[in-house]
Formats: sequence, C-alpha cells, structure tokens
Amino acid sequence: MAELNTEGKGGKKKGKSKKVSTRVDLTPMVDLAFLLITFFMLTTSMLKPQTMEISMPSRDKVEEKDQTKVNAGKAITIILGKNDTVFYYFGTRSKENIDPKVEVTTFAADGIRKVLLMRNAEVMNKVNELKNLKAKKSIKDEDYKKQFSEAKANKAAPVILIKATDDASYKNLVDILDEMQICNIGRYAIVDITAYDLELVKKINI
Amino acid sequence: MPKVKAKRKSTWVDMTAMCDMAFLLLTFFMLTSNFTVKEPIQVDTPSSISEIKIPETNIMKIVVDKEGKIFFGIDGQDKRISLLEKVGELYKINFTTEEKHQFSLVNSFGIPIEKMKAFLALSSSDRDLKENAFGIPGDSLNNQFKDWIQAARKVNTELKIAIKADRKTPYPKIKNVMNTLQELDENRYNLITSLEEAPDKL
Repeated sequence: MAELNTEGKGGKKKGKSKKVSTRVDLTPMVDLAFLLITFFMLTTSMLKPQTMEISMPSRDKVEEKDQTKVNAGKAITIILGKNDTVFYYFGTRSKENIDPKVEVTTFAADGIRKVLLMRNAEVMNKVNELKNLKAKKSIKDEDYKKQFSEAKANKAAPVILIKATDDASYKNLVDILDEMQICNIGRYAIVDITAYDLELVKKINI
Repeated sequence: MPKVKAKRKSTWVDMTAMCDMAFLLLTFFMLTSNFTVKEPIQVDTPSSISEIKIPETNIMKIVVDKEGKIFFGIDGQDKRISLLEKVGELYKINFTTEEKHQFSLVNSFGIPIEKMKAFLALSSSDRDLKENAFGIPGDSLNNQFKDWIQAARKVNTELKIAIKADRKTPYPKIKNVMNTLQELDENRYNLITSLEEAPDKL
C-alpha cells in the first residue's frame, strides 16, 4: 500500500545500462508512527492544572484596637452546611439580641450567587463597564488592572465571612471561593465557625 | 444473463503524505507536552473558574484524598535527599545512601516516618499499592506533617505550596491542614482545581 519508488536513471554507467527500481513498502513505518502517537497521547498531559490562590491572615494575635471591626451593616456571613446547603445572614446579632434571619440556599446559579450579585451590584456594574472597555480596547491593560482592583476595594462593598461546619466538604469551600471570584467580592475571609452560628443553623433544621 | 466478470483492479494509494503528517503530529506531541507524574492516589479535584496556572518548579505538593490521608512531595531530586536527611535527623533515623537515592526518585509519598525504611525497600510497583497508602499523620498528637513542611521550607526557601484535595474530602481534614500551615506562618498557598467555564450571563 505505502510505497517508495525510485527509478534508476539509465545510461550513466559505461556500457551496461541497468534500470534499478527499488520499491520500499512503508506500511510498517506508518504503523510505527501511529503507535508512537498513541503512546504519547496517553502518557502525557497537555493540560496544566489550574490553581486558586489563597492568603490567610497570620496567626499572630492582633491588638483589639488594631483589628478593623467589620461594619455590621455590610457583613454577610455564609455558613457551609452538609449536602451542599448554604446558610447566610446579613449583619451580626443586633444590640437587642435579636437573631439575624438565616436563609437557606444552594450553590446553583439562582442561589447564593444571585444574593451576592444583588448585594454587590455597584461593584458588578463598574466591573462590567471596565470589561466592555477592555473588549473594545479603549483602555490599556495596566489601567484596567488598576481600576479593577480599585473597584473591588470599594468601601461600600460587602464583606463576606465564610464559615464552614464540619459536615461541609472541600468542594463546598472551593465553590464558595469561586463565587467570590465570580461576584467580584473584594473582601472575604475564611473564619472559624462559632457556637452561636451552629445554634442558628440548628434552629433552621428543626 | 451476461456474465459480468468484475475486473480486478489494484488500487495503489501513495501513503507518503500520511506518513509525513503522522510524524509531524508525533513531533508536536513530543515537544509540547510533559509526562504526567505518577501519584500515589487518584484525586478528583473540584472545578473552579480560576485560570492561574500552577508554577512548574519549586512547588510543594500536598495531596489529601477523600478519607483525609495526607501525601506530600517536593520537586528536585537533590532537594528531596536533603529533605529526607533533615527529617531523619529530627526523628533520629539514619538513611543509607541507597535509601536516599530511592527517596529522591519518589514523587510524592504518604508514609509515617517509622515505616519509611520499609517503604523505600519495596519495589516501585509495590509502593503504589493501596495497602501502602497510610498517609502522613497530621493530628495534633503526632504531627509529622508539620515537621515535613518545616524541613522542606528550610531546604528550599522559595517553595510555593499547592494543595490538591478531593472534592469529597470532609472539611475538618482540610481545616487541619490549613491550621498546620497557619501555625507555621505559611499563609499563602494555592488550591489545585480543574477548569470550569465562567458563567457568561450574570
């Protein structure tokens, strides 16, 4: 099937004119080439794994006065429960000791993402504007990056506290960090869950 | 009925072009991809929209499987040898040159230090058996995991930490790992995830 055909030129040698035709069958060569391709396709990986960067606060005890108090009006606490459920409430316990209203939602697009988008509407609009400008190439890359970080650091943007119960899975943690990135939340922190939060969650389950 | 005798024609297709294309594809794959490293356990990472690529060198990989067993590895064969020496000093275990050499070939491992010598004596196919995947102890009573990280940091100060965990890993196990890192003041690390498409309509 695969052949390499060379036809000898006659008349070059003195006297004897030989016509030599060599037929080389290249079928095994093609087989070998495909075997090698298959080997490399199966044993190597072109896709480099992706990462999400996290920085946590350091363990050192921070002075009470230096610790920036989270403004109760802008704080949203998200509690990760079992079976991919998400509990959230706005603010903290009010001075009259009224428990904040705890809502239940899921990780679907109409769940926690909708809530966060609504709360972060100002920042989202600014970011969408910037993205449009970038698509039309009206602003330079460095300007885009600077304005993007400024938009995210907006003082009026909500601050999210992420707390996970022991029934949550790692996937829940990664998903919520993902939502932070999708909704362009500027400030969030992963903190330990408190007994108060556990109680609030327990009340919902009853 | 007329007898129609089908004439046999030999079809000869010139496959030279096919052969050229096959070799071009082969060269492309050989040059652009990297061999996947064999890991002690298979982990199914959750997906995220993050598109930052993992750095190629100077990474410390911490793999946590869905039961919470911890596996650890760094890159660089000579660095692995110094790492083993440092941890050996800490636990007063001496490793022979042959054992150190074997260790430098292991990509990531999950063995408590007491079982390390026996592990290194096994053949490379035996090491991958599930029975040998004990996981490095990381609880507060016996935190060998913390010692490995500290030693690794001393061996290579530029190491970046990457955590690869299964999506079903229970949160307390991850919290444990993160707390250990926080105790050692390692506050910047990466979580390895698979790619997910960013939602376009927001």
